[in-house]
Amino acid sequence: MVPLSNYLVLGGILFCLSMAGIFLNRKNIIIILMSIELMLLAVNMNFIAFSHYHGDTAGQIFVFFILTVAAAEAAIGLAILVVLFRNRNTINVEDIDTLKG
Amino acid sequence: MNFQIPDFVPAIPEIFVLSMACLILVIDLFVKQENRFFTYLLSQLTLVVAAVLTLYVFSGKEIFTFENMFVSDNMSSVLKIFIYLITSICFLYSRKYLIEQKFFRGEFFVLGLFGVLGMMIMVSAHSFLTVYLGLELLSLSLYAMVALRRDSIPASEAAMKYFVLGAIASGMLLYGMSILYGAAGTLDLGEIASYLSGQHGEMDVITAFGLVFIVVGLAFKLGAVPFHMWIPDVYHGAPTPVTLYLGTAPKIAAFAMAMRLLVDGLQPLHGQWQDMLIILAILSMAIGNIVAIAQTNLKRMLAYSTIAHIGFLLLGIQTGNSEGYSASMFYIIVYSLMSLGGFGMIILLSRTGFEADKIEDFKGLNDRNPWYAFIMLVLMFSMAGVPPTLGFYAKLSIIQSLISVEMVWLAVIAVLFSIIGAFYYLRIIKTMYFEKAIDTTPIHSNFDMRVVISINGLAILALGLYPSALMNLCIASI
Repeated sequence: MVPLSNYLVLGGILFCLSMAGIFLNRKNIIIILMSIELMLLAVNMNFIAFSHYHGDTAGQIFVFFILTVAAAEAAIGLAILVVLFRNRNTINVEDIDTLKG
Repeated sequence: MNFQIPDFVPAIPEIFVLSMACLILVIDLFVKQENRFFTYLLSQLTLVVAAVLTLYVFSGKEIFTFENMFVSDNMSSVLKIFIYLITSICFLYSRKYLIEQKFFRGEFFVLGLFGVLGMMIMVSAHSFLTVYLGLELLSLSLYAMVALRRDSIPASEAAMKYFVLGAIASGMLLYGMSILYGAAGTLDLGEIASYLSGQHGEMDVITAFGLVFIVVGLAFKLGAVPFHMWIPDVYHGAPTPVTLYLGTAPKIAAFAMAMRLLVDGLQPLHGQWQDMLIILAILSMAIGNIVAIAQTNLKRMLAYSTIAHIGFLLLGIQTGNSEGYSASMFYIIVYSLMSLGGFGMIILLSRTGFEADKIEDFKGLNDRNPWYAFIMLVLMFSMAGVPPTLGFYAKLSIIQSLISVEMVWLAVIAVLFSIIGAFYYLRIIKTMYFEKAIDTTPIHSNFDMRVVISINGLAILALGLYPSALMNLCIASI
């Protein structure tokens, strides 16, 4: 059997990757949206591993909710992206600098 | 395992707001643009009936339902009433702006109502799952509201920034929740508290790890430094009614979320989260007050002032006793009322094709309209914390709670930063009273807006003369 710690390490690695993807990325907003999804998947990995470890199904139910909310979140994120692209004709992260102060 | 039908009665206001929001969404499709007032009226009616229902199901006891995921207690009822009140006034102020800017659409009100539902769930949450769902319902509505003005470049950029940072915050909060779930083996906040107190305040590494993520997520949502980057941009870029909406009632919900997570769930770890909150609070007061001085845009200035006020709020929560919590609750309600008036004044002075969001737009307001200038004066004095306005008592109660736990040094820091903060509020008063008006267009607005903004300003003065009623309400509800 694969020990719990392996799953947690995997979750942690995924979470760090998504953080790196958000903060190091200077080019494309779509990559940021992908990183956000990855972050939620890392959390799901944790929840399922712990849920199995404790023999408690609540964690798995939580994962279903996270998946649903993530879908809604992606829909709104992409909609905002479309609006932004129509206005600015760019989705480059560095060009989004109208608001300053 | 037997399935029991949960007790729906405590959740009747939520069920009602949900059904009405869905209903209004459908009805709005069939309403012609010239009858859009009907949608507005229905939304206001929903808030009024929800307030009546909340009072009706209020029993003065703590009632748990839905497998302990939902709680109805004094704090949740009082905060819900204030959420309805503030949202209702916010809709009322927004109507003038939305009509003038040819922007009077049903989506604003429907999304606003869904946001109210999210706030209600956050206020009544008693499980990680409900905290998360309420938070997401509120956040998703807010992202969409910020982007509502589709042809505006600043609004779409603000929406994108808000979305990305909000999603990171949710991710952080969820990661912390998953770790704490792993440690305690339950999602229920009460059971987590009893698990943690079983360990006698001793923390293993994994709990500390989870706690840090929870506090970071909360700080993001509250807008405490160093997680405040989104606040100025979103406040500035969003259309003014949306700024008004997102700067008032959601702050109350964020306070409730902090109370549920840190106090209901993680109170045994108070010693650990206290230090984190102190650092966040000092940084927020410092950055918020100092950077606000340099602003020329009023919306941006009020955004930095929010950050400073959030610092004050955290000072009350970190004391870890009920005196501090009720002081914080008092503070956040007062803050919401003040910022309601502040953004309301921007809406009042705006007109078709003109946005009064720069400080220089307030030049010579006293010559143009002495009454509005007086109301703005009361609001600014209250935000600065000058007696006898309500803002003074809010600051006073926080400082009292700090002194009663013998944190005098923290109280001194808080006072010092509020003195720095007074500068930029007083500058607006100087602009209104001692500078010549450039723009002498008469200020038009509809009757209900004039009346309510006057009541808003006078209430802050009147409640300041007699603050004990609101204060006792807050003490009784913690």
